[in-house]
Amino acid sequence: MKTENQKAWFFVLPVLLLVAFNALIPMMTVVNYSVQETFGDNVFFWEGLGWFEQILRSDRFHAALGRQFLFTGMILIIEIPLGVIIALSMPRKGFWVPICLVTMALPMLIPWNVVGAMWNIFTLPDIGLLGYFMNHTLGIDYNMTQDPLAAWITIIVMDVWHWTSLVVLLSYAGLVSIPDAYYQAAKIDGASNWSVFRYIQLPKMKQVLTIAILLRFMDSFNIYTEPFVLTGGGPGNSTTLLSIDLVKIALGQFDLGPAAAMSLIYFAITLLVSWLFYTLMTQNDQK
Amino acid sequence: MKKRSLIPILYILFLMLPIYWLVAMSFKTTNEILSGFSLFPQTFTLQNYQTIFTDPTWYWGYINSIIYVSLNTVISVCVALPAAYAFSRFSFLGDKHLFFWLLTNRMAPAAVFALPFFQLYSAVGLFDTHLAVALAHCLFNIPLAVWILEGFMSGVPKELDETAYVDGYSFPRFFVSIFLPTIKAGVGVAAFFCFMFSWVELLLAKTLTAVEAKPIAATMTKTASSAGYELGLLAAAGTLTIIPGAIVIYFVRNYIAKGFALGRV
Repeated sequence: MKTENQKAWFFVLPVLLLVAFNALIPMMTVVNYSVQETFGDNVFFWEGLGWFEQILRSDRFHAALGRQFLFTGMILIIEIPLGVIIALSMPRKGFWVPICLVTMALPMLIPWNVVGAMWNIFTLPDIGLLGYFMNHTLGIDYNMTQDPLAAWITIIVMDVWHWTSLVVLLSYAGLVSIPDAYYQAAKIDGASNWSVFRYIQLPKMKQVLTIAILLRFMDSFNIYTEPFVLTGGGPGNSTTLLSIDLVKIALGQFDLGPAAAMSLIYFAITLLVSWLFYTLMTQNDQK
Repeated sequence: MKKRSLIPILYILFLMLPIYWLVAMSFKTTNEILSGFSLFPQTFTLQNYQTIFTDPTWYWGYINSIIYVSLNTVISVCVALPAAYAFSRFSFLGDKHLFFWLLTNRMAPAAVFALPFFQLYSAVGLFDTHLAVALAHCLFNIPLAVWILEGFMSGVPKELDETAYVDGYSFPRFFVSIFLPTIKAGVGVAAFFCFMFSWVELLLAKTLTAVEAKPIAATMTKTASSAGYELGLLAAAGTLTIIPGAIVIYFVRNYIAKGFALGRV
């Protein structure tokens, strides 16, 4: 179908050079640090795979990784079905469509630290809207700077607020591409709402949902700014996700070797899980 | 039908609540904020906005952000166009691997790259320039732009290219005067996504700048910590960062649904 043409490389070259400049050189720097020990002054000693062993065995890394998987798992479980439900109940045409789309896309265009700051203001116990409502109207003791559970619920609700729209818009794009004839045929056959969803809408949304799950996985696994601004990883270490921990080690303690080794392990895990998701979901397609 | 529209309404309400609170906060005086809870601003003030528009460290933050975001959008889309065309039309040695490798760059956590980026851009003498941030954001924006444009271009039948060549069009002329107008929705969507991800990213932008090109978001973090707890000012600055995004969405509202499917539906 596509013509074979090796000259096409020239078209790709600018992209290749720019991305390689940004990806390969920093990546090599990280690899470099990860196998060396330094005591400052640009003096380095060969350390071999020592840092990798240390990181893989450390409880701190296991704990952060566990929290990261918990966070990503929770937001995927909430955002994907919620996004699909909202997309299904949105109007298909008419006056309200652009209004829905624009208001829903809005949270995604707010800078990430503003998102964190906004939720911080929103949840302040006595002067924030949510904090006041919880503490004074409902009488629930809610203070996310002291209670780990409240902090967890808050960062998850924040992420749902921030990113569910991505799933909604992707699923919606899949839904509007279904021709009316499909629905008419289903009506003639007397199909129930559930079977319309199961045999018409879901298969049509499959491809965009694959994209949605992949994007949400990658971005939530790498999340840094929003929870950092909102909770700073606390109370204690309870919301210290992987990248927050990484930055603490790299820039806070300036332990470049362990930080670099951790970066590489982190990146490898992201790649592996993304690849697993991708193959699993595309395999189902072929069956 | 009535019951069904309840879900989107509730969802939009949920989305608007924190935004409302931010905007309401920005019209309050610091005294009012700290003295207790009030649903609406009691003493309506524009003081916070006035501070931002008269203090150069504040408003230059906005100008800096807009400069590097625009630069990044232009660079990303311009280099992604030929590449996406190559991926959609030709097969060449290593094309699939290359495409996947490009996508993996979206998976690298920005936190991993912060320090090496700082060293790299200091070494090439670009530290604290708009170009540095624009180029750094290419890391995740170019792969995305290629991905989106490739989707839109694959939807254009190959016969279009062939007919144009038969009619005696040279490749550059065909690309600019026939092909680009055909996929202009795709270009718009790609530009929108580049704008969006460059506008919201802060970690790299903050790492690569000090004074000259400092983004607005970094100015905010600094104010929040240095000048005590000026919540009103912070809220006003936050409110202003929402506006460019809102304007851009308004322009692409008709392409949004298709664009989010990355042209593949």
